[in-house]
Amino acid sequence: MKLNRKDILSIEDLTKEEIELVLKTAESFKEVSERDIKKVPTLRGKTIINLFYEPSTRTRTSFEIAAKRMSADAINISASSSSVVKGETLKDTAKNLEAMNPDCIVLRHSFSGAPHILAGLVKCSVINAGDGCHEHPSQALLDMLTVKEKLGRIEGLKIAIIGDILHSRVARSNIYGFTKLGAEVRAAGLPTMMPCRIEQMGCRVFYNMEDAIKDSDVIMMLRIQLERQNAALFPTVREYSKLFGLDSKKLEMAKKDVIILHPGPINRGVEISSDVADGRSSLILDQVTNGVAVRMALFYLLLGREL
Amino acid sequence: MSKLLIKGGHVVDPANGIDGIFDVYCVDGKIVEITHHASRITHNDCTVIDATGLHVFPGFIDMHTHLREPGYEYKEDIRTGTMAAAAGGFTSVACMANTDPVNDNSSVTRYILKKAQEEGIVNVFPVGAVSKGLKGEILAEISDLKDAGCVAISDDGKPVSDSRLMRLALEYSKPFNLPVISHCEDLTLAGDGVMNEGFISTKLGLKGIPNAAEDIMVARDIALAELTHGKLHIAHVSASGSVELIRNAKSRGVNVTAEVTPHHFTLTDECVTGYNTNAKMNPPLRSISDIEALKQGLKHGTIDVIATDHAPQNADEKDVEFDKAANGVVGLETAFSLSLKLVSDGLISLSVLIEKISLNPSRILGLDKKGSLKVGNDADITIVDLNKEWFVDVNKLKSKSKNTPFENWKMKGKVVKTIVGGKVVYEG
Repeated sequence: MKLNRKDILSIEDLTKEEIELVLKTAESFKEVSERDIKKVPTLRGKTIINLFYEPSTRTRTSFEIAAKRMSADAINISASSSSVVKGETLKDTAKNLEAMNPDCIVLRHSFSGAPHILAGLVKCSVINAGDGCHEHPSQALLDMLTVKEKLGRIEGLKIAIIGDILHSRVARSNIYGFTKLGAEVRAAGLPTMMPCRIEQMGCRVFYNMEDAIKDSDVIMMLRIQLERQNAALFPTVREYSKLFGLDSKKLEMAKKDVIILHPGPINRGVEISSDVADGRSSLILDQVTNGVAVRMALFYLLLGREL
Repeated sequence: MSKLLIKGGHVVDPANGIDGIFDVYCVDGKIVEITHHASRITHNDCTVIDATGLHVFPGFIDMHTHLREPGYEYKEDIRTGTMAAAAGGFTSVACMANTDPVNDNSSVTRYILKKAQEEGIVNVFPVGAVSKGLKGEILAEISDLKDAGCVAISDDGKPVSDSRLMRLALEYSKPFNLPVISHCEDLTLAGDGVMNEGFISTKLGLKGIPNAAEDIMVARDIALAELTHGKLHIAHVSASGSVELIRNAKSRGVNVTAEVTPHHFTLTDECVTGYNTNAKMNPPLRSISDIEALKQGLKHGTIDVIATDHAPQNADEKDVEFDKAANGVVGLETAFSLSLKLVSDGLISLSVLIEKISLNPSRILGLDKKGSLKVGNDADITIVDLNKEWFVDVNKLKSKSKNTPFENWKMKGKVVKTIVGGKVVYEG
């Protein structure tokens, strides 16, 4: 089975079956990363360009490792070291990269819709590695994989996504993904962090953390973007933490076997306390491990030959 | 002497209550006779246009055009902009002041008028700036602008954020009888929004501009018009709340008029889906309920004018990430057909449409000899085949820029001839 599409731009675009195929494929690739020799020849001769217009450690490294473990040639370009600083447009960058015949471009961009534009300009596959406040599909896929692996299913679960939903591409992708797989998604945060009519995406909205986590199976904490604090969606970090930070006290109100996710990087003591982040309910590092498997699966399903 | 006889067309001229088959006779650029076709005017050695089966209207007047000259000739210039106007049936356009240099002093106004005289295809009426450099700090020399030929003042593209300055503009412009055209936007609320705030903006992850950003300024400007008894015209109304505010103000007798663009009453924010930068403009495309309110506003006379906000942008300024893309759409060549849809949908009569696109703009801008086919008026006439269907082919647009969201749309109603001062300047 292959994905019958050129690009992965959003979870909104994917069908339930496509999501399930990615998860199943990722499960089978996990084992490669556990080997002594962590490499399969599947994508030998394929060229993958990681084009990152925004700073990223985890996602970029994860895509790079995934490419290399599949034996593809991975090239990393970051905006600060590219012609972008010379004022080159996305269109021109796309055309120039295309002229070098890559098989896939992985794009991280601060503007929503940039991967959509790129995909329309190049013949090769495009994977959205996070665009503005729009989507971050590979993150949602690794989140779904982590939950499925731990709890054995997704259908029927209650997933609480907590924090700055307004600015979160992770939230949007996860709301689409988990609802497509039959989970109930709850978006919780301050009213100032709730995008207009988010409930139309199929989630329930909560302005109170306790209500959102009370009987949830999964708590997904979102990063508070301290660099955006000038937007002043809340008066102080202290007050935010008090209302929506996850600490052991709030965790007592959740189910005993609840699992905790966070896309990282975490702000310790802001949206999540250290004891919770490092505690037994936390799957934050499993998410990172699964990220490699999910990205290997995406490369395989887009670029691999039909067996 | 140049003589022109337009025979047998269905003339609609709301100012004179004419709606029937009439002949229009023009001499030296003026209308000298208009009579029932049955009485068969015959004149010797004159050019005859057989308008049988066609409609004959007073020339359309667009009170909201960006001709981009001086300064942005790569987007549009006076020649191409007025060619686009002629192709759309517009015999007069009022051009906004946000050029470079800004039209905030009489020398820029005179430059525009000189270029228009030399290269323009239709009449050009400059709109002067409210404030020097559109900076919203101190008033431009409004009396001088009027003397040089400006027909209104506006900082369009930007709101006059300072309420005191807006008050002064409304007061100061009174003796010159110039309307103050207001781009209503609360910039603090609009923030760095790039489209309508709604489910679509949430889905696309684009920052939204709520309706309230417009409503707040409309409410403020109405309050200031009430305070000053100045002449206020609200540009490009997009939000239902604004329509309601204007309706209430009018019922209280406030001196306020308003315009709507064809794109705002035709398209919703769904059009942005796929990050379509040709659907990016300010104010943004709103929701279906806003469209309904705008249409009711047109129907009940709350909205007086259909104006294009023709805003040409170069392809390079649109072919970028949505956040970075320039605002604006070209509108002169599609405005009439899109407006005619309001008539075929039964919302307004053809006569009311002509009021909104010709008579009312002439009255608001004080263009005495235009907006109607009255004897003695300028022979600015638009002849249209209301049944002719056509497709919007961007390569055939006369405008230098091609930023339209209506590419490949099927349109009904085609301008056949545009006549300015008794001369045919466009034949479709």
